[in-house]
Amino acid sequence: MIQTDILIIGAGPVGLFTVFEAGLLKLRCHLIDALPIPGGQCAEIYPKKPIYDIPAYPEILAGDLINNLLKQIEPFKPGFTLGEPAVQLEKLDNGHFEVTTKQGTVHRAPVVAIAGGLGVFVPRRPKIEDLQRFEEKGIAYFIKDPEKYKGEKVVISGGGDSALDWAIFMADNFASDVTLVHRSKNFRAHPDSVQKAFDLANTGKIKLHLDSEVYKINGNGKLDTVTLKRKEGDDVQIATKHWLRLLCLTPILRPIGHWGNRKKCHCGQQCIGL
Amino acid sequence: MNEINITVIDRQGDQHDLKVPTDMGLNLMETLKSYELPVEGICGGMAMCASCHCYILSDHDLPEQGHDEIAMLDETDEVESNSRLACQIQITNKLEGLKLELAPELVGEDEFSDW
Ligand SMILES: Cc1cc2nc3c(=O)[nH]c(=O)nc-3n(C[C@H](O)[C@H](O)[C@H](O)COP(=O)(O)OP(=O)(O)OC[C@H]3O[C@@H](n4cnc5c(N)ncnc54)[C@H](O)[C@@H]3O)c2cc1C
Ligand code: FES
Repeated sequence: MIQTDILIIGAGPVGLFTVFEAGLLKLRCHLIDALPIPGGQCAEIYPKKPIYDIPAYPEILAGDLINNLLKQIEPFKPGFTLGEPAVQLEKLDNGHFEVTTKQGTVHRAPVVAIAGGLGVFVPRRPKIEDLQRFEEKGIAYFIKDPEKYKGEKVVISGGGDSALDWAIFMADNFASDVTLVHRSKNFRAHPDSVQKAFDLANTGKIKLHLDSEVYKINGNGKLDTVTLKRKEGDDVQIATKHWLRLLCLTPILRPIGHWGNRKKCHCGQQCIGL
Repeated sequence: MNEINITVIDRQGDQHDLKVPTDMGLNLMETLKSYELPVEGICGGMAMCASCHCYILSDHDLPEQGHDEIAMLDETDEVESNSRLACQIQITNKLEGLKLELAPELVGEDEFSDW
């Protein structure tokens, strides 16, 4: 059980700066986020895009803004529960709150700050038979514990920065056997990453399947093969224990939107009454 | 004020007839949102989320897809040959009579109902 002064749900820019403000009052904070990294939308949707409306920064990349915020709050030593959505909020007899994640991590604090932005980031699930049965048993939508893939055979799907950065990282640093699968020849990722992925493909460190997508998965309890459908040519079957579908995640207002009784508050907003 | 007519089929199959000003610098995603149709526009129109994915049902001369739109649609499920990102289509007089259908939600209503 994690006990703190202020429990912050959402480690986006707002949640992160809350740590700083609370720290000035000598209050300790613990942040919970469903994403495996802090930064909210800035980290998940547009880390490599510039932002122009931050005071004193004529231009800053969203990812750098988050790195700066993390540096700024470092002295206050916040705790983090990452890669776990907070699904339950309860008021205890002593007036404190208990927040539990889907994975069962329990947190308690006298104050909970909800900095959930557009909501909790969740995966978009393709229509593939048995998909949910293999979630956490070979299929993942983001990378929480990279060490798990060291020296392993992994299939990564996606054409954005997340897919390419991880494919490059694993091929370069983990000696993993990496197959990158993408539906087309157009990439959303930064051109430098695309070039690097092609260079690694040319030296045989990444196996590249373009104009292809995973459409079938198999396994006995755990994933053991994925099958690719290709725009041209026959299906390809790949034996693997890990399919990482690193495509865009989407924010949804569940479960925050369902917590408590919504009441018209003196601030004029629909606030949560517990 | 210049206005055009646009027809939208929502996810329940219901038809909405919209009157849309052409002189307000709106794009199609902003138009759908302003009529409170269930289009989220998460990325604010930067072709980075596909929450404005729709199918064009009429035969209109639309602006060509840019690299960002093509690459985003390549990462989106349920894409058809008439798929477009509404945020990449500016409202102009040329769109008079446009008919479109909203693509399915990115995440189904009931998918995370145990949360
Ligand atoms: C493409 C794009 C470009 C943008 N450009 C700019 C710009 O130039 N300038 C600007 O000022 N703003 C910009 N924005 C908006 C800006 O990113 C947001 O306003 C900002 O991220 C909001 O911060 P936040 O901390 O409130 O929420 P978010 O960044 O949305 O973070 C909320 C976090 O809470 C987590 N969360 C929610 N519920 C739960 C739960 N139950 N359990 C666990 N975790 C949960 C989510 O996973 C998420 O990580 C842009 C947004 C996008 C998408
Ligand atoms: S609003 Fe995000 S892609 Fe159109």
